[in-house]
Amino acid sequence: MKYLKYILIFLFLFDLNLLNANENNSHSEITKNLRCLICQGQSIHDSDSEFANSIKILVSKKLNDGLSEDQIYIFLKEKYGEWILYDPGFNKNTYFLWLLPLLMFIIGGAIILKRFIIKKN
Amino acid sequence: MASLIGFYSLVFGLCLSFIVVLFSIKNFRNSLVFDKKILSLTFLQLFFVITSFLGLIISFINSDFSNETVFNHSHTTKPLFYKISGTWGNHEGSLLLWLLVLNLFIFLFLLKSKEQDKNYRILTLLFQQVIIIGFFIFIIKTSNPFNYIFPVPTEGLGLNPILQDPALAIHPPILYLGYVGSSVIFSATLAATCLNYISKNWAKHIKTWVLWSWIFLTLGILLGSIWAYYELGWGGFWFWDPVENVSLMPWIALTTLLHCILILEKRKILTSWVIILSISTFTLSMCGTFLVRSGILNSVHTFANDPERGLYILIFLFCLIFLSLFIFFFYHKTEDNQKYDFFWLSKESSILVNNWFMMYFLVVILIGTIYPIFLEVINSEKISVGPPFYIKLIIPFLIPFLFAMAIGPKLKWIKSDIQNKINLSIFFIISFFLSILIIKNLKVNFLVNTILVTSALYLFLVTSKEFLIKGINNLAQNLAHFGFSLLILSILFNNFFSTEIITNLKIGETFKSEKIHITFESIEKKEIKNYSSIIGKININDPKGLNQTLEPELRIYNQPNIVTSEADIKTNLFSDKFITMNLVQNQDYFNIRYQIKPFMIWIWLSVLLICSGGLISLFRKKI
Amino acid sequence: MKNKIFFSVAIISSLIIFFVLFKGLQNTNIYTPQVDVKKDIPYFEAKIFDSDIVKNSNEIFQKENFYLLNIWSSWCAPCRNEHPILLKLKDQVNLEIIGLNYKDNIINAKKFLKELNSPYRLILSDENGIIAIEWGAYGVPETFLIHNKRIIKRYVGPLNMNSIIEIKKFIE
Repeated sequence: MKYLKYILIFLFLFDLNLLNANENNSHSEITKNLRCLICQGQSIHDSDSEFANSIKILVSKKLNDGLSEDQIYIFLKEKYGEWILYDPGFNKNTYFLWLLPLLMFIIGGAIILKRFIIKKN
Repeated sequence: MASLIGFYSLVFGLCLSFIVVLFSIKNFRNSLVFDKKILSLTFLQLFFVITSFLGLIISFINSDFSNETVFNHSHTTKPLFYKISGTWGNHEGSLLLWLLVLNLFIFLFLLKSKEQDKNYRILTLLFQQVIIIGFFIFIIKTSNPFNYIFPVPTEGLGLNPILQDPALAIHPPILYLGYVGSSVIFSATLAATCLNYISKNWAKHIKTWVLWSWIFLTLGILLGSIWAYYELGWGGFWFWDPVENVSLMPWIALTTLLHCILILEKRKILTSWVIILSISTFTLSMCGTFLVRSGILNSVHTFANDPERGLYILIFLFCLIFLSLFIFFFYHKTEDNQKYDFFWLSKESSILVNNWFMMYFLVVILIGTIYPIFLEVINSEKISVGPPFYIKLIIPFLIPFLFAMAIGPKLKWIKSDIQNKINLSIFFIISFFLSILIIKNLKVNFLVNTILVTSALYLFLVTSKEFLIKGINNLAQNLAHFGFSLLILSILFNNFFSTEIITNLKIGETFKSEKIHITFESIEKKEIKNYSSIIGKININDPKGLNQTLEPELRIYNQPNIVTSEADIKTNLFSDKFITMNLVQNQDYFNIRYQIKPFMIWIWLSVLLICSGGLISLFRKKI
Repeated sequence: MKNKIFFSVAIISSLIIFFVLFKGLQNTNIYTPQVDVKKDIPYFEAKIFDSDIVKNSNEIFQKENFYLLNIWSSWCAPCRNEHPILLKLKDQVNLEIIGLNYKDNIINAKKFLKELNSPYRLILSDENGIIAIEWGAYGVPETFLIHNKRIIKRYVGPLNMNSIIEIKKFIE
């Protein structure tokens, strides 16, 4: 148990709360979820292109106008299509995308159960 | 001249492939002992491929612009080191490296498998030669690195500056050793399946190759990540970009295989599963090559892409898939007498659970990466699948996975019992309260993150205890698992506590907030051989008395004319201070991006720990 | 028997995957804006170039005739090439050309117009590029043909001789 105490002491000495999260959180949260259309696989947040900079300004303007995160996504989706959103919503285009992995997980579990655990008797 | 030698070596290498195949078939049928000639011929082939590769390197060193590859990717003013690394920094050269590694591995395999059955060795060689021939033809037909151009240009086009970097110079060879190294596992498994050779002994023998591939792949991914972190200039190290995903998928498959082989080695059960995993590892590597080289996906890490190349790899990939499906279904004898006589709480089932979750993670990444292609083909709609998708599907499953990982290794074979229940519950309570303490002040989802951090901390505590008490007994495993728990924890904390300030500053201006003052003091211009640089001096001042000057840099490369932004990073044990500056068009200010990224170094260190776990496992076996 | 079923299923599914990937090779991997969408024009407010007057989209596009909204900038080289084409459309009856000056420096923009003449009836300025985003624009230059407050045609990239013929066909 001794080393445990050391770990605890270490963690408390290093006061985690001094490090604080971002100041303008929702803005960077949103821009991280947007794809920069003229770049190769970069988010708006990470890009410094003209297009990305404009979108960043637009997002802050829309936030000031009182739009919610989702409303901004809808706005941009209408202008540029779903390609701009990094988070594919759950709709008829993406049923398979979201459900297939989960289905595979269930199938995998079923196989394991059937072949190895139940078969014994 | 060097190009010419290189090209002819390549052709000779291909001819040798056919000779090796002929000799092998003869030897396979008619003799009981392994023909020494085959080994010499394989060595000769390796020699030719090395010569060819050296020929390309020499063309690069001499800046021989009559060679198209050199012309496209080099320049006389480039430093020697980057001239050499430029050899594999492009499509053609990197494929030559592929081929080199394919040959190298089969040669080493033949050398190191003397105690194995003759037919098994020859069949492995034959399967590997199929892959090698495929790549020879691919290189010579679609991506010949030795194309001649006339009239000879006087100057080359230069190497993309973001590739002129030490980490990225050694990244491809190391990654390929892992990536392509899995080809030997593939060939050996197919051979063993055909001959019904799979046994405990075989598992022990193939484990070495799995471990080597795995170590190199892990290191390769680490290097790529480090490079992305400091070179791409936005402070992330993993973007769920397609190219990163395709390197992670074989890694997951290999890791799963590694665990699964443990069962095979001890109990000789799950043979079919081991075969499937070995085949899918290399198939995933090939699939990755296809996705990256064909340009079918939109990615940060672009290669010059060409649909014709994509088509060739695609056809080749599916030939290999059909071949392995055929062998698996018609040669593999499913042994119904395999006894699954283990209890639900045992080492076997814990490894099965590990496999189950790992496969799930693999499927998430695979589907996330290729789904957009399918959607576009089927109803021509374009969507992006980015980080939010992976996070949403992986995190909820990571939690039980981490708990299982804490308990699993403690279990015994066949039937087990959880010992030290009190100890384990104490650990759980401690990690639970610690995580509440950590999460409660953060603006993140409380419930999910508390459970997540609890599971990570729990794994961390359990593995560190294991590591400290029984370290020597099972060092390899303990080290790797401890490294993994440290990795997860560092990534989580890094995510929670990262701070970022983005601001536009002119020279002399100061950004002021309660916590920090950022002063843009001055800039300095310098001329270096192949670029000119602007170095900013930026002073960071915070009330805690920290006073630091960081010097981010802008490099304006002359060939090709590209501006890159070099981050300045100050690393210490707890956090990285990361700063970049960028030009803004038509403005006289710079865009400054300052980030505090806690525990960065622990992410790198923990991956190294995981690797060293693998190395120790190799080393200990030999004693 | 069971083996054969599994084998056929595996072969068929990999053939399907092969086919899809093969098809996928022919698609491009970059963003391609949709050109032939008929949409209502977005609502926006913009400053008139080189002044402080603010107008909204209803005021700008109030007439019955056709409008051509051209997004341009003095720092964009293709805009320079497309300029003569716009000048050819300048005197077209029933068509008003409106410029949207995208993220430009006002001095450079004026110099640009002085040098090459202005085809625009009215120029709006878009200092930080957000009006262009309201239009769903992707880069400069980009041109929209508008009638009755609806976008009837969109040109991404510089206009060429063919687009002139097409535009003339639309407005006659």
